[in-house]
Amino acid sequence: MHELSIVTYVIEQVEKIAKENELTDIQSVTLEFGEVSGIVPEYLSDCWQWYAKKKPIIEHAEFKYEIIPAITWCDDCKSTYPTVKYGKTCPHCGSGRTWLQQGQEMNIKQIEAC
Amino acid sequence: MGQYKVYEIKQSIFKANDDAADVLRAEMKKDHCFLLNLMSSPGSGKTTTLTRTIEKLGDKMNIGIMEADIDSDVDAERISHTGVKKVIQLHTGGMCHLDADMTRQGLTEMGTDDLDLVVLENVGNLVCPAEFDTGAAKNAMILSVPEGHDKPLKYPLIFQVCDALIINKIDVLPYFDFDMDKVVEFAKMRNPNIKIFPISAKTGEGMDAWCAWLREQADTWNAR
Repeated sequence: MHELSIVTYVIEQVEKIAKENELTDIQSVTLEFGEVSGIVPEYLSDCWQWYAKKKPIIEHAEFKYEIIPAITWCDDCKSTYPTVKYGKTCPHCGSGRTWLQQGQEMNIKQIEAC
Repeated sequence: MGQYKVYEIKQSIFKANDDAADVLRAEMKKDHCFLLNLMSSPGSGKTTTLTRTIEKLGDKMNIGIMEADIDSDVDAERISHTGVKKVIQLHTGGMCHLDADMTRQGLTEMGTDDLDLVVLENVGNLVCPAEFDTGAAKNAMILSVPEGHDKPLKYPLIFQVCDALIINKIDVLPYFDFDMDKVVEFAKMRNPNIKIFPISAKTGEGMDAWCAWLREQADTWNAR
C-alpha cells in the first residue's frame, strides 16, 4: 500500500511547483506511470481523493493519469517486445539477455493551473 | 478566474525524496559515518543477522542500529542485549517504508558523532523500501531460503537497488526446494554487480565473508 505515500509526495511537489510559479488555482494534475511500476491506479485515485480534501490548493483539481506501456529490449536480436506478456524471455529469439526499456516510470507529467 | 495554462513538469514523483537522500548521504560522508540500509521481507532474519554482525564487528567499530517498524520495540529490545553502542526504535506510524526525512530524524535523535557504522533495519517489505532512497551509503537485502529462489523475478526493483544480497538460513537448505544456482542467476540478471553472501545467522556459517565486505565498505567510506 505505497499509493498513499506516493500521493503525499505528489501533492508536496505540486504545492512546491505552485509556489515557485505563483499559481493559486490548479485545475488538474496529470501523472504518468509505467505498466510495471507497481502502482495500482484505483488505489492511487482513492488516496488522492482522500488527501486532496486536506490541501486547499488542489481540493478541486482533477486527478488524471496516463499509463506508459512496458517495453523490453533484447540485446541478442536487437528488437523489442511487450514486457507484461513475455516477461524476461525474448519471444523472437528466446534470449534472456533482455532489459526493460520503459515501464517503470512514476512521473508528474503536467499540471493545468493559473 | 483567469485562463488555465498547461505546465509541463515531467519530474519523478520521488525527486523530492531523492534530493533529500543525496543531501543526507553527503553529510554522512563528511561526518565519516557509514549508513547501511538493510531490507528484506518480514521473518527473513534481519535482527538475528544483525546480532551476529555486531558480535563480529562490535569490538572493531562503533555501531549504531536504527530499528524501523510499524509498531512495537521487540527488535530494539533484542539488539540492546548485544552490547551495541547505540540502538533506537523508530515507528513509521503505519507507513510501509522509511524515507530520507524519517531516516534523518532517526539519525539526529540517535546522534552519530561517535559512530562509524549505522545500520538501518528497514520495515519488512520487498516493495516500498526499494522505491524510497533513505540516503544510505549502501543498500543490502536478506532473502531467506524458505522464501524461495524465484524472488528476484517477482520483486525486481529491490534486487536492482541493492549492493549486497545475503541469502540467510542456508542451514535449512536440505529441507526446501531452493536452488542456489538459480537465485544467483536471477539476482545477477537484475543486477550484474550484486555481491551475494550465503549465510546462516543461526550457525554463523558465511558470516565472516559478509562482515569482511561490510567492514571494507565502511572503512572505504569513512577514510579520511
